Amino acid sequence: MLDLQLGELTAAGPEGVDDALGLVDGFDGALAHGFARIGEEPAAALAALAGAMAGGPLGERAAEAVDKVIAGSIGDEHLAVLAGARAALTGAVHDALLTRLDTALHRERAPWEPAPATGAVPSGSAPATGAELPGNLLAGCRAWLRELAIAGWRGVDHDVVAPSDQAIEALLAVPALRGLAVLLDGLAAELRASCPVSTMDRLPARRWGDLWTRGVLLSRSGPWHGGAEPVSGRLLILGADVHEHATVVRVQVHGILEPAGGGPARLVRTGVAAAKVDTIVGPAVWRLVSGHPVLLGALAGHRALDLTDMPLLPGGDLLWHEDRAAAGEEADPFTTARVLLGAAQAAPVPPLDRHSVRIAEPVLVEGYKIDGGTLELGGSRIALDLDRLPTGTPLTPELVAASSVCLGLVRWDGRWLLQPLAVQATVKKKPVTAHTGDWALGPTDPKVVKAEAKAGDAVAVLRERAGRLLRK
Amino acid sequence: MDADRTAWEQRSVVRVIAPVEPRKLAKVPFVELADGRLQGVVSSGSDIERVYVSSITAGSLAMSCSTNNNRPCGALHGYACKHVRLLADEAILQYGLDRVARYLRVEADPGTGLNLNGPVERTPAAVVFSRFLRHLAYLEVPDSTEPLAELHWFPAMGAVR
Repeated sequence: MLDLQLGELTAAGPEGVDDALGLVDGFDGALAHGFARIGEEPAAALAALAGAMAGGPLGERAAEAVDKVIAGSIGDEHLAVLAGARAALTGAVHDALLTRLDTALHRERAPWEPAPATGAVPSGSAPATGAELPGNLLAGCRAWLRELAIAGWRGVDHDVVAPSDQAIEALLAVPALRGLAVLLDGLAAELRASCPVSTMDRLPARRWGDLWTRGVLLSRSGPWHGGAEPVSGRLLILGADVHEHATVVRVQVHGILEPAGGGPARLVRTGVAAAKVDTIVGPAVWRLVSGHPVLLGALAGHRALDLTDMPLLPGGDLLWHEDRAAAGEEADPFTTARVLLGAAQAAPVPPLDRHSVRIAEPVLVEGYKIDGGTLELGGSRIALDLDRLPTGTPLTPELVAASSVCLGLVRWDGRWLLQPLAVQATVKKKPVTAHTGDWALGPTDPKVVKAEAKAGDAVAVLRERAGRLLRK
Repeated sequence: MDADRTAWEQRSVVRVIAPVEPRKLAKVPFVELADGRLQGVVSSGSDIERVYVSSITAGSLAMSCSTNNNRPCGALHGYACKHVRLLADEAILQYGLDRVARYLRVEADPGTGLNLNGPVERTPAAVVFSRFLRHLAYLEVPDSTEPLAELHWFPAMGAVR
């Protein structure tokens, strides 16, 4: 990313974002109070949300849903329409921001092709329709989300959170509903830790509104990835982004696919998620995904991957299969970024995934100055998202501060952010390179290895306990 | 101050739960602040097949300890048995003294830790033990390679810096 591009990215606007998010805040305020008794201010906020939908496909139904909810008739159908209206607003904000980013970076993005209504689902892909999903399970999730909406965040106590346990446990057994499972589990844990919510001095209203909305949409008929197509070629890794809450860890790898037989290089992602518990933290989380040695080996060893018929979803996600990949030659992510990132084609974003939180576009930045938590390049500034540096990696805020080249993800959360995935730095006059995925096969820093050994293997202890106690 | 608070409330990604500190799990594999109690499971020192379910109730600090088969712990009478003490120590390692004390609604002295002086009040082990089994069951859930876009709301936030 050049200084002019950063300047273009971080200029004022885009227009309309503040207005749209103002409507979202109004809805989130109503959700904080709960729909059981809607006062004047929340009623006006809901009406404004419906008003914003007027003229669009949701217009009439949104107006009707708001009337019903204000009148005290809170059905799943009405809540789904309200969630859809909120998602339409955050989707529009996402589109404006991503267009700004793509324009600044001169990044070409393939258009979204609406999936045909019928047709065979290629082998190796997840089921694209909700036909096979257990309906009663989704109904259970909708019921809990409805209770949350009625109580409002301010009314949430242990009795409101507790019923989620059963639904989440059942969801975890259905691979196609894993996204809904990790979402509700993460939300329930935050609510449980915040109980009684009425005593919180500040409320994560946008965040919980986001999670509630996505939960309601997913529990209609499951996810919306579309059908996968098999792809072959060379995958060059850019870096790894780690996602985690108490009971899940996911390594999401960003890379560039050079399709076999030619065609433009494509920006893709792939990844592996593993269930965990809260006491497994730090570098130990990598052990949970160790069933994927080809992918982790390429991450740790900075190698390319040769793919054969790997399923690729329309949104740019490769569904990782170890047996369809082989380790290739060495490939330095910084070189990959320098040579290929400028011209690589980005994937379209599935409509219901359009939310600013999903913006995570790889960029290479160099020739900058770092001032605390801010990166400055030719007079333009962008905040560094140092909170997103996981503990299980050699990439530390100190290394970022000492860096001269940074490979990262551009994100947006109220402002533009740069999340480092790898840096080249100078420490004690020596060049140092660190990537978030360097410890994918285990820590390479002797001090960390020693600390790990001293702490004991949490995964092994819990597996031993599980083996002895679970099957009684 | 108010502007900071508003900005925080209008962010999609904020830290709501303080990170858990790593600790050795061999003696006390499970600790949680839930159901109005500090509760958990303590492995027996003598029998590898046996575990104790111990808890301390918020407010009253009432203590309970029994085996997973609901046999009362013989050492808990009048003062805390070693299982309850281990539970409290490990909870402080995992969550920090402040958070534990706040949950139990007691004042805590950083020098002496928790003052375990509540009455003995047997609570059924089954609820806590089944929560422990549910906790362990996570390790048996298969890996997923689905896109899981929802995880963008849950970055690995690492330590508080």
